[in-house]
Amino acid sequence: MNTIKRFFTDRDSLASLLVTVFAGLFSLLAGIVLIFIVSKNPIQSTRNFLLAPFLRSYNFYYLLIVMVPITFTGLALCIIYQLRYMSMIVDASFYTGAVVATAIGTQLNLPPGIHPAVAMLAAGAVGGLIGLLPAILRIKWRANELVSSLMLNYVFYFFGSFIILYFLRDRSQTILSSVPFKESFRLPRLVENTQLHAGFIIAAVFVVLVSLFLFRTRWGYEIRLTGANQKFAYYAGLPVTSIILYAHFISGFLGGVGGAVEMAGLYRAFIWQMNPSYAWDGVIVAMLARKNPRFVPISALFFAYLRVGADFMSRRGDVAFEFITLLQGLIILILASDRIVNYFKERRLKRQVLSRTGASEGGSR
Amino acid sequence: MNYLIRTEKLSKIYPNGTFANKSIDFQVAEGEIHGLVGENGAGKTTLMKMLYGEEQPSAGRILIDEKPVTIASEFEAIKAGIGMVHQHFMLVPSLSAAENLVLGKEPKRTRSRTFDMQEAVRITEELSARYNLPVYARARVADLSVSMRQKLEILKALYRGARILILDEPTAVLTPQETEELFAELKALRQRGKTIIFISHKLKEIFNLCDRVTVMRDGRLIATHQVADVDIHQISNEMVGREVQFEISRPPLQAKSPALVVRDISFVDDFGIAKLKHVSFTLRHNEILGVVGVDGNGQTELVEILTGTEKPLSGSVMANGKEITGRSPGFIRRCGVAHIAEDRITVGTALPATISQNLLADRYWRAQFCAPTGFLKMPAMAAEADRLVKDYDIRCNSPNQPVASLSGGNMQKVVVAREFTAEASILVIAQPTRGVDIGAIEYIHARIMDMRSAGKAILLVSSDLQEVMALSDSLIVMHEGEIVAYFPDASAVTDKELGLYMLGIRRQSDDELRKVLHEHD
Ligand SMILES: Nc1ncnc2c1ncn2[C@@H]1O[C@H](COP(=O)(O)OP(=O)(O)OP(=O)(O)O)[C@@H](O)[C@H]1O
Ligand SMILES: [Mg+2]
Repeated sequence: MNTIKRFFTDRDSLASLLVTVFAGLFSLLAGIVLIFIVSKNPIQSTRNFLLAPFLRSYNFYYLLIVMVPITFTGLALCIIYQLRYMSMIVDASFYTGAVVATAIGTQLNLPPGIHPAVAMLAAGAVGGLIGLLPAILRIKWRANELVSSLMLNYVFYFFGSFIILYFLRDRSQTILSSVPFKESFRLPRLVENTQLHAGFIIAAVFVVLVSLFLFRTRWGYEIRLTGANQKFAYYAGLPVTSIILYAHFISGFLGGVGGAVEMAGLYRAFIWQMNPSYAWDGVIVAMLARKNPRFVPISALFFAYLRVGADFMSRRGDVAFEFITLLQGLIILILASDRIVNYFKERRLKRQVLSRTGASEGGSR
Repeated sequence: MNYLIRTEKLSKIYPNGTFANKSIDFQVAEGEIHGLVGENGAGKTTLMKMLYGEEQPSAGRILIDEKPVTIASEFEAIKAGIGMVHQHFMLVPSLSAAENLVLGKEPKRTRSRTFDMQEAVRITEELSARYNLPVYARARVADLSVSMRQKLEILKALYRGARILILDEPTAVLTPQETEELFAELKALRQRGKTIIFISHKLKEIFNLCDRVTVMRDGRLIATHQVADVDIHQISNEMVGREVQFEISRPPLQAKSPALVVRDISFVDDFGIAKLKHVSFTLRHNEILGVVGVDGNGQTELVEILTGTEKPLSGSVMANGKEITGRSPGFIRRCGVAHIAEDRITVGTALPATISQNLLADRYWRAQFCAPTGFLKMPAMAAEADRLVKDYDIRCNSPNQPVASLSGGNMQKVVVAREFTAEASILVIAQPTRGVDIGAIEYIHARIMDMRSAGKAILLVSSDLQEVMALSDSLIVMHEGEIVAYFPDASAVTDKELGLYMLGIRRQSDDELRKVLHEHD
């Protein structure tokens, strides 16, 4: 409650919030304009796009389910961005995490509850180790971590597919699928007869944990300080190398856990025919949240809302699902321009200070 | 009277709410050197940035030749004949001096329309000779001395046709000799009809150079005087709003046990140049040991090695009896060594981080601020930040605003506040008052003396010779990476004498130099 109150009174967050809301509303508006241009039945399509979660209860739960994986990747990227690094390796962590969870979910016999927990921990550990790789390459050989992580993502994607294909495949199926998960591996449903699973709660818990970690512990403090100026951090006595390493490990850990949760919550077997690449959605979620984990649920909700709306509309009408990528691009464009934030801030403050001191505005501006 | 440039009720409010300039009526006459003084954060740079089109006024107007103008960008400022040399230089280090000079207005070969290096060099050499500002046209800027870079900046402004030259704290980075040189050059420019606005914290310089002086305080213009009509005391009182103490009180103290023992340190930089050659000395508790030398004679490298940001080639350093050679800054800090870095912009502070984070960066992990579980004690941290902001008079709206929004002097106060409260017994201090106003200098000097009385060992490196001589108990002189002189009693040596050693004209005998080791006392 306190945080919420501070959130709405703190000026800087308020200004960024305004921009973020503006980015959201503007992209929605642009979406509607687009629908009116391409659709034969624009009113119906717009209704489907905007109100999807409220038209069908299925859509509503679908919305909540979509939030789960992008919350994990969004949190993971918040940590990387706080450190002012650019690694995208969370994509590999997420995918490999799902593969590790598949191995544990199909091969081990453990009691319910314990089983998915073990899978999540193992997937997180593997995801964390993968997360370290671009950081190590950067520290040792100054290899740009964005480039190396994008390359490594392919390596781990093919390696993961190889494991599924050669060791875990269900040969009785014609499509690529692993053998089915053990019943004990599956996460409980939150609502009867829906897909909504306990992973939603787990994601919420991680939002709180990561927020506390980043803003209330010394390690989060170290990450933020190192991100602000790495040379300064070193000079001030911070163990910069290990900070970079554990930040990347934790980020990868979150990705790995996300992959495991997705498996245990949503599927009966590993059936991804291609990489779902939730890391890229995570980029937008983290940006919308202004790399603050506290706002990740809100931005994940909005992002999922766009997804579900676009999905529903495309299945019921003549607008292709891909139109969502356009809206995403628009959001990024708006958010990336910090100038807008500054413009709002400057105008409001100028008014305030001028009225406080009684000076007059105008002149040569 | 007609003024070349003047402002009417000019105000500036920064996006974070800082009211940096309040209704300023500033007037500069043609052909004068006009001094601008004021404490850190008084708004001098802000006023100049508006004249130079880098910041836009929130209210009021600017008139040039009595005609109102809008200066929307630096480009338009240059068109209006205004040139500015910034507190921090704006040159491309990898390009030659000549290329930097013509950048933005390059000479082209008549046929091929490609860049004409020959012509650029010719222009540079001609301008350089005409205005008597020597620079090496073909040398890379990275290889030029600070003072030559500054001359290049001035030439650059002149090349673009500046009638009005703004110099923001040009002498903060110069040695006394270089400053004298610059003054002669500026006076020559005045003779040629140029108008100069000169910002400095050193009032002596204002009196040596300027025709008129304007005092700012707290965003307001307090007064403009003919320099001949006022004295240092009146100006400093107007600046600070109270009487300023210029004398340093120095209680006699006997230096005690060794604190920092440096033996035979050598260092070679990335280009294979020997920057330090067998440097040895001992720093004792209760002692301020000053290091003097022309900039670039190894002082920077020595400080970096002592504080861990650079590793020596050979030799050893002991702090309080512990070996710290080549260890990390974190380790060295935990051995009781604090460090005021000479470069506060890229090393000494994290600009985007808050004042509070900058103040606590070396101590957030202590039990006082951090529970064994790793959770931070936020109230304790906030209290400590508040206390330091108050004790060190850091002018800000809140400790939670970014350091980037502070004026240069207030940034330095953040660094000083952190390092002087670091619970260290050894202080390595580089350029503590560079770009800091007289009120703050008075304060920092007094604190340095307090530290000495409290038994700390202080190594003081500063290019302000007057400052080192006034503060230090004893002095070492560095030349080309070597210690060439040691004076156990700093008050017994003159600046002329030091100059001879600094320039490498004289050198003490090995027996005299060995005294700095303090091995037999
Ligand atoms: N970009 C900025 N954003 C917000 N506030 C700023 C910015 N630049 C300067 N300020 C604030 O405006 C005030 C005036 O700053 P300015 O740099 O003009 O001072 P100054 O007189 O040049 O000081 P110094 O002698 O330390 O260089 C200060 O309080 C400073 O914190
Ligand atoms: Mg300034």
